[in-house]
Amino acid sequence: MLHHDLPIPGTVLFDGTQAIKGYALNKMCYSFNKKANRDEFLADEEAYMEKYGLNEQQKQAIRAKVVLDMLEAGGNIYYLAKFAGIFGLNVQDVGAQQTGMSVEEFKEKLLRAGD
Amino acid sequence: MARVIGGLTTSHIPAIGNAIAKKMFQDPYWKPFFDGYPPVWKWLEEVKPDIAVVIYNDHGLNFFLDKQPTFAIGAAPEYRNEDEGWGIPTIAPFKGDPEFSWHLINHLVADEFDLVTCQEMAVDHGFTVPMQLFWPNYEDLGIRTVPLVINTVQHPLPSPRRCYKLGLSLGKAIESYPEDAKVVVLGTGGLSHQLDGKRAGFINKQFDMLCMEKIVDEPGYFLDMTIPELVREAGAQGAEFILWLTMRGALGGNVKVLHSNYHIPISNTASGLLCLENAA
Repeated sequence: MLHHDLPIPGTVLFDGTQAIKGYALNKMCYSFNKKANRDEFLADEEAYMEKYGLNEQQKQAIRAKVVLDMLEAGGNIYYLAKFAGIFGLNVQDVGAQQTGMSVEEFKEKLLRAGD
Repeated sequence: MARVIGGLTTSHIPAIGNAIAKKMFQDPYWKPFFDGYPPVWKWLEEVKPDIAVVIYNDHGLNFFLDKQPTFAIGAAPEYRNEDEGWGIPTIAPFKGDPEFSWHLINHLVADEFDLVTCQEMAVDHGFTVPMQLFWPNYEDLGIRTVPLVINTVQHPLPSPRRCYKLGLSLGKAIESYPEDAKVVVLGTGGLSHQLDGKRAGFINKQFDMLCMEKIVDEPGYFLDMTIPELVREAGAQGAEFILWLTMRGALGGNVKVLHSNYHIPISNTASGLLCLENAA
């Protein structure tokens, strides 16, 4: 196996397989570009997820707001970021959650990368 | 005839747009980043470009997975941003140049780059942040723009070599435009960063240094890399470096570095800035 064919640690490339798996979830998150849709989601999250046809795995990940589970369910980070935005979470919050760090620890890790 | 007078690269992190809106230029976190730009403004004031071709990736504003083009180009009279789901401020529209866009489209398709053409196109932070950084007064200047979008959302992404070749073709297309116009080409995004997965927060200073150095005189260094190799070195979203390579292709042969800046971190990203003058 060539070096570039080896899996990349902690990384899943969002390819056709993921795109098929996550289509409903990503479509829902894409809809959050519009404020009216964000408001509709917040008013009744279950009804909104049903409207976009999320499967149980995707619904559970959204209910629990666990980003790694959303990725596992086929989510793409660019669309998921719009979901996170509804709750005022930025990419440091999301990064901290995925790596099991506190947000302060995660920010410290980023700063240290410059050393 | 039109001329490619130079190339600019910059990171395009959405948080920068917020920092600009809040005027955080002297804030200790932001100062080392924003201090990189005034020398570029000085050059831009001297050369006064008429048109900016902005190479970026749409992060799920204009395009969704229902129709995900590998390459797409704007041909609209103006381009507007939207709040992207985060309440990003909507700013003054950017002027387009449909006639110039169609010249590029005709040339690029004849040269076997079959782009998706867009007479309406919402532009996201990938486009607006670089424009605001380089031309804080873009609205008064009336600089014309052409958005050129490359897919980095869904794999397979176009390879470094393919993007560099698109840049070569873009440079020839620009320089065959009969009108006198000074054109700058922007390669945006990067440098190393990863937002998703257990490797979130990945930054690779060593590889970034290589990118900043080799793209100037030896872009060929990167052209045999595969996208997975690039992701391994630069992070999942660091693959945006293909946008820089596209810019570099458009500049042709020799370039001179007028200014550069590199800073870790802005948000989750290592930010890189280059101002390259086209010596060819």
